[in-house]
Parts: sequence; C-alpha cells; structure tokens
Amino acid sequence: MTELTNLTVAEIRDGVAAGTFSAREVASAFNAAVEAGRALNAYIVETPELALAAADAADAARASGDLKPLSGVPIGMKDLFCTAGVQTTAASHILEGFTPPYESTVSGKLWAAGAGMLGKLNLDQFAMGSSNETSAFGKVISPWRDASGKDLAPGGSSGGSSSAISARLCPAATGTDTGGSIRQPAAFTGISGIKPTYGRCSRWGIVAFASSLDQAGAMARTVKDNAILLETMAGFDAKDSTSLDLPVPQWEANLSSDLRGKKIGIPKEYRPDGLNAEIAALWDQGIAWLKDAGAEVVEVSLPHTQYALPTYYIIAPAEASSNLARYDGVRYGQRVLPDGAGLQDMYAATRAAGFGDEVKRRIMIGTYVLSAGYYDAYYTQACKVRTLISRDFEAAWETCDLLLTPTAPSAAFPLGEKQEDPLAMYLNDVFTVPASLAGLPAMAVPGALNSAGLPLGLQIIGKALDEQGVLNAALALEERAGFTARPEKWW
Amino acid sequence: MSINSSTVKKVASLARIAVSDDEAERLVPELNNILGWVEQLGQVDVSGVEPMTAVIPNALRLRDDVVNADPLTGGNVRDKVLANAPQAEHGFFAVPKVIE
Repeated sequence: MTELTNLTVAEIRDGVAAGTFSAREVASAFNAAVEAGRALNAYIVETPELALAAADAADAARASGDLKPLSGVPIGMKDLFCTAGVQTTAASHILEGFTPPYESTVSGKLWAAGAGMLGKLNLDQFAMGSSNETSAFGKVISPWRDASGKDLAPGGSSGGSSSAISARLCPAATGTDTGGSIRQPAAFTGISGIKPTYGRCSRWGIVAFASSLDQAGAMARTVKDNAILLETMAGFDAKDSTSLDLPVPQWEANLSSDLRGKKIGIPKEYRPDGLNAEIAALWDQGIAWLKDAGAEVVEVSLPHTQYALPTYYIIAPAEASSNLARYDGVRYGQRVLPDGAGLQDMYAATRAAGFGDEVKRRIMIGTYVLSAGYYDAYYTQACKVRTLISRDFEAAWETCDLLLTPTAPSAAFPLGEKQEDPLAMYLNDVFTVPASLAGLPAMAVPGALNSAGLPLGLQIIGKALDEQGVLNAALALEERAGFTARPEKWW
Repeated sequence: MSINSSTVKKVASLARIAVSDDEAERLVPELNNILGWVEQLGQVDVSGVEPMTAVIPNALRLRDDVVNADPLTGGNVRDKVLANAPQAEHGFFAVPKVIE
C-alpha cells in the first residue's frame, strides 16, 4: 500500500480524482501522522474534524463529477491566518483564545478550492524570529537530526509549516514571509517554498507584522506543489489596499525546466568572506545545474546588499510597533488589569504580560526609531536606502532575468544556540531580506545534504510578477538536485 | 547615539509596555547593540534619493461609496465585533474608569 502521507499535493489531487484512494483515507492518514508527531510541536491547534469534513466533501464531489482544484488535499495553516471559528494566536499569549468570526482571504480561497485544514501551525511569535523559539506555545523541533542528536531549529518564522511538511504531517502548508520566513525554514528542512511578488496574495485576515513587507506564500516538498497552491492563494482582493489587480497566471500548466534563452545573475556581494564552504560549493553546483538547463550565467553586482539587513531591522520593527498597537486588552485577546489600575496601566500591564521578549524588543526599537528627533536619522534614512536596494535589482535586470543565491548562511542550528544573541539570529536572513525589501518573488529549493546530513537550500529571485520564471528555474534545480532525502522518524 | 535606562523607560512608556527597573537595565545593552548595528546606514549617501513608500507601483483605489459594499467588512455585526472582547457590557467594550 502506498504511504499516503508521503504523497505530494499533485499526487493526492490526481489520485483522489482517479479513485486510486479516497480523500477520507488521505485525511485520516494525515490526522494520524499529526497526532503521532506531537513531539515536534508543529501544530498549535489540531482540526482533524475539519480535514475529514473537507475530505468527505471531496469524495462526494468526485461521485458527482464536481471536483475542485484542491479537492481531497489536506493542508496545514500557519497560525497567522485568521480562520473562522478556530483559535488564531500568531503564537502569542496576547491573542490566546481569540476566535475570529471571519476567514482570511487566502485561507478562504484554499477552502473554497476544496482543501481541508489539518490544523493551525506553530510559528515565531507574531512571525518575529528565525528559529521558531519565540512562540508562546513552545519551540517547534525540526524532524532532522545530525550526529549530535540535539534538537535542531526548523527555521522561522514559518517553522511549524516547515517541520510539519518535512515530517510528513501535511503535504503542504501556507507560510508568510516578511524577511525570509518562508524561504529560510524551507532551506533548514529540505523543502521548497515561494514568496510571491508583494501584492499577489491578499493580506486581509493575516495578523499584521510589517505591512510593507508581509506576503503570504506556499510551502511544499515540490516546486509543482508550490505552483498549485500559490495559484489558489493569489488573486485580487479589494479588502487589501496593496493587492495587485491582475489575473493569476496558470503557473502549474506553464511549468518548464527548459531555461534556454534565460540569463541567470550571480550577485557577487552574496559571497562574503567566510561564507560556509559547503554552501559555496552547493551554489557553484547550482550554477552548473542551471547551465545544464540551458541558461547563461553572468556575474552581477547588488552594491547595497550589506545594508539590507540593517534597513530591514529599522523598517520592520517600525511597522510592527504601529501594527501591534492594536493589542490593548480592550477589543480582543488577553487583558491584565491590576487592582485599582486605570486605562493606561491596563494597556501597559496587558502588553507586558502578553508579548514575548523578542516582540517587545522589536516594538521598542520601532517606537524609538519613529520617535521625535530620531525619525529622520533612522526611519527616513532606512526608507531611502530601501530605494537604493530596490534600484540595485532594477539595474541587475538589465543584464539578467533571474538571480541564483544561497537561501541561508548555514544549515539548521541547535535550538537555544542563538537565542541569547538577537543580532546573530537576525543574520540568518542575510540572503532573503533584500528580495523582501524590493517586493520581489523568491523561492527556496533544497539542493543537497551537508556533511552532517542536514539540508541546504538554493534561492531563486525574480523580477516583479515573474513567479513563472522563478518556479521554472527552481524546477530546473529540483530536477537536477534529485533531492529525495527525508528525516528519519524518531518522534 | 547610545541609550540609557531612562530612555528605555521613556520608549517603553510610549509603547505602553510596563517594564521594571531590572528589565530596563537588561534592555539597555540589547537595544544598544541593535541600534549600534543599524547606525551603519548613516554611511550611505542618499542625497537626492526619495524614501520608498511602495515596493510595487500600485495606485490606491477608491471603492464605491455604498454601505456594506462587502458584507465581510460591513456593519451591523455588533455581537461579532464584541465576541472576543475580554469584557463587553450592554453592547459596548468595557474599560476601567477613564475620567474621575
């Protein structure tokens, strides 16, 4: 019998349509895997009944000849997407018990396309983190292990998504990416993930972190699955003022790994002194793979790359300090009201108790850089440098169509290793943040295992709206990498 | 520019986050590390550069001026709005007394 939990989204969709297995069998298999995988702490809330209900609807739809694009496919939903009637917390105590009366646009599109929800996936609190250690509901553990046997980080902030997909607790999941929160966890766990162009997916109903950067995307084990999921997630939504009013291309149908005529840029600033040798070697291998697929490879320069991270760590906290002002203990979430406290004391006590350390740190940084006297020196300066970073990409597109880079500067690190040093943690996003600042589509694909047996990823960055080019180059890498490794089950 | 614990307390107060003296002391080096690092942006020549406000050119839209154009963001849902309130009374959000 086929191991149902090892099937891809495309295989589940097609198998249900062909009657090879029922959607109920698939949902039941994944529900059992979710239950058996609790040691990974990937899910905050499990919703097996919702997965089964969607599966039964899919089986009925097959009988009546009314299958939808994702009928029979159960998925995990990052707990940053509001889901009607199911607790949504952003992994923060301040939202514990919050049950949205409405559905986010993106999750609603997935359910309307026939997908079912296995549960709400853990994440770094308010999506702030690169290791999934800042969740108020406990750390997520990667299913991967090296010889040390230590618990490893699944990456972040979409660490519940990456851990669950690589451990076969779901075939695919949603993620959100503000500075690398889809791509870095994908790289750490040997899966793929795509952040589309800013504005492709509606932000309506997604708990906001940094609104000029936040973008939903897909995570799955194959490039094709990412194309399938993203096609359903994307699309214009009048409820998001930054939503792009453009038709959604047929990314799956137009997948092609033939890169003849494409020029791939290799940004020299992404190869700093001291770049991990195994990552540098994989990058060289990636260059060879893309040449083999017919692409021409050229060196390009993105001169402001070194300023991307500090720019991000001004802009993102500034926006977060504004967005998170809404958690006041009045309208939803937790309230802490000390004896005899007035309104202002209630706000301060509620926010002190409800937010985790990293969230407070970023709110304070954001408040400081926006405060009178510092606004121009920090925030305006960062917004100007952001323009320069974006112009770097524009200049690069004059000589190439896509960029190939590593996804993260290291393989997964042990949990706890960087938790005490915020700056060391921030450096994880060094290769992913520039594309976020410029709003460009970017995708992570697994390339190889390092000498310790842990996955390493490659990243493709594309021009605005060229998700197809990104997916196609990623497919060319995927076909040549032949990455089939999966973590050995220990949980 | 480096900050001290009284600046930390001022910022915490602006952000409406209660911090104890010990926490403020602990935050001083943490925040100074981060601020010291982002200050490198001051080296970048940005003369004549406009600050970025939108990553993808996109005109802001106006919707038709009609009530409940989209029921999901429309009105007449008082009970839903109040459903998650820590304290709701008589159809309102309840808060501690503000005016003596």
